Amino acid sequence: MTRARVEKFYYLMKLGREFELKAKEHYMLGDIAGFLHLDIGQEAVSVGTMQAFDKGDVFTHYREHVLAIARGMDPKIVMAELFGKKTGVSKGKGGSMHLFDPKLDFYGGDAIVAGHLPIAVGCAYARKLQGEKAGVFAIFGDGASNAGAFFESINIASAWKLPIMFFAENNYYAIGTHISWVSPFVDLKEKAKNYMLSFECDGMDVCDVYNTVTKAKEIIENGLGPVFIEAKTYRYEGHSMSDAGKYRSEEELEIFKRKDPIENLKKKALELDLADEKYFRELDAKVEYVINKAVEFAKNSPEPEIEEALEDVFCKECENVIP
Amino acid sequence: MLYRSALNRAIDECMEEDESVVILGEDVGRYGGSYRVSEGLISKYSEKRVIDTPIAELSIVGNAIGMAIAGLRPIAEIMTENFSLLAMDQIINHASKLRYMSGGKMTIPMVVRMPGGVSRQLAAQHSESYETLYSSVPGLIVLSASNATYAYYGLKWAIKSNDPVIFLEHELLYPMEMEFKEINDFDPFRAEIVKVGKDLTILTYLKMRYDVLEAEKDLAKKGIDAEIIDLNSLRPLDIETIASSIKKTKKCVIVEEDHKTGGMGAEVVAQIMEKCFFDLDAPVLRIAGEDVPIPYNRKLELSVIPTPEKIVSKILKWKAENGI
Repeated sequence: MTRARVEKFYYLMKLGREFELKAKEHYMLGDIAGFLHLDIGQEAVSVGTMQAFDKGDVFTHYREHVLAIARGMDPKIVMAELFGKKTGVSKGKGGSMHLFDPKLDFYGGDAIVAGHLPIAVGCAYARKLQGEKAGVFAIFGDGASNAGAFFESINIASAWKLPIMFFAENNYYAIGTHISWVSPFVDLKEKAKNYMLSFECDGMDVCDVYNTVTKAKEIIENGLGPVFIEAKTYRYEGHSMSDAGKYRSEEELEIFKRKDPIENLKKKALELDLADEKYFRELDAKVEYVINKAVEFAKNSPEPEIEEALEDVFCKECENVIP
Repeated sequence: MLYRSALNRAIDECMEEDESVVILGEDVGRYGGSYRVSEGLISKYSEKRVIDTPIAELSIVGNAIGMAIAGLRPIAEIMTENFSLLAMDQIINHASKLRYMSGGKMTIPMVVRMPGGVSRQLAAQHSESYETLYSSVPGLIVLSASNATYAYYGLKWAIKSNDPVIFLEHELLYPMEMEFKEINDFDPFRAEIVKVGKDLTILTYLKMRYDVLEAEKDLAKKGIDAEIIDLNSLRPLDIETIASSIKKTKKCVIVEEDHKTGGMGAEVVAQIMEKCFFDLDAPVLRIAGEDVPIPYNRKLELSVIPTPEKIVSKILKWKAENGI
């Protein structure tokens, strides 16, 4: 662990946490609507993966604000998208669940569980064909690991030796259904280990996530993919803002809160004398500034024009000829 | 009665009187159902009959078909209509055809319940209305429940039916308090004349019923006496009730939330052309969703589906254009 790495990880995780807390606040205020899935508690996964997998294509599920920000998406245009504004990354048409930016090779935000996995596999096939070494990163939850599309994807990726990393973010619950009720395996890597190299890392420890993804990335770059990684993590909030999460015990939540990825990174850095309290206070102030700017930007941005509802169904050339 | 309580009561009573009735789907058991339709059922009937499934729509419906073949009466719940696309193969290639392909030997007594429609800013992958996809398939019965009474009687009928039924609900209706009417001669395939009128016939179903009722207040103020019909059953269509209304009013408007092109109204218009062509004073007016995926932004979202204001203005414009 280096001071530079601590700074990057801490800053991005804190940025993610504060972004989500602000999003929650503005959901309550009515500025954000629809489904809002918060990443609070899972920041080590979002930040560790995106910091390690810094090249190549990324396909994500719908709990993706922090992944997008850690990938390099400006928090301003993410927040503006949540507010449904014209300046949002998807022009206010996608909302929380649909953040996309091809410039960042970020094809995030699929809201059909496991629906993005066959697409990620297709992208990996193309990258192999094109001789691109970096490959593809696909993240999904424990719920997706029970879907048919998941099993088809690990089979095809393995049969064709594709450069793809399947990252299972296991937070134990598919909305209110515990993984043990609907799967013989609580350890998701058991599902993949006969198909490909499979690793496990601590989803509450950003350094462990980072190191494991880095190792997997090298395997992929050397043409030895696919690779599967499982990270056990926990969401502190409900599945979305419409879920109170009553199916979980306070004790269970407390166990994971004691392993909080942000607090623990800070503690470790202080112990190793890589930074002092003042250093973190400065980072916190920077986070607060950036998040406030993002909210201000989202608030002050214009709504899309009504006519825009009919645009973007087809390409411009086609829109001109299709009545 | 709450709309969702009517559905709950229908399922509860069927499970009580017939132990072959089971319910399966995502979060239907311990969680109590995404929209609380199955609330309380697991404690009454145990997890053997209220089955929490993984996120696997193809299997939810496929398993239900197998259960039905084995003699159970499964109710499969799909969390939202968009997700039913993952189960489309089982619904269309299997459920709808098994009886026919077997020369009538197979029986699939199964209900697939699913809510659809624009709720509030759930964006393109959680807001669609796909009734037209299902109602175009031979071998399926497609019912749409806009109110507590039809929800209760219609779902009970569907559970007892010996053929596969697609039972459509709407996400905005679940928490609505509604009047409940006792019915002695319930017919699932009969359209409901919601309001009698003489000037024009408005056909609608599901949540649009309420937008039409809202619009009607305005139309009445302008001296237009509309007859409002809730289709209830989308396949088969109660064309007799529609035709006799058009015979009286000579004019017809369809209000639907799904996309206009190839939407539910397209088939209704076609059947009206076959049956009522010479009764009509003007072309049928279709007020439908725009042909675009549903956007997230609230203003854009409302701009692509019918609203009471748009229903009124489109009817007035259509009347003026046709001199009726």
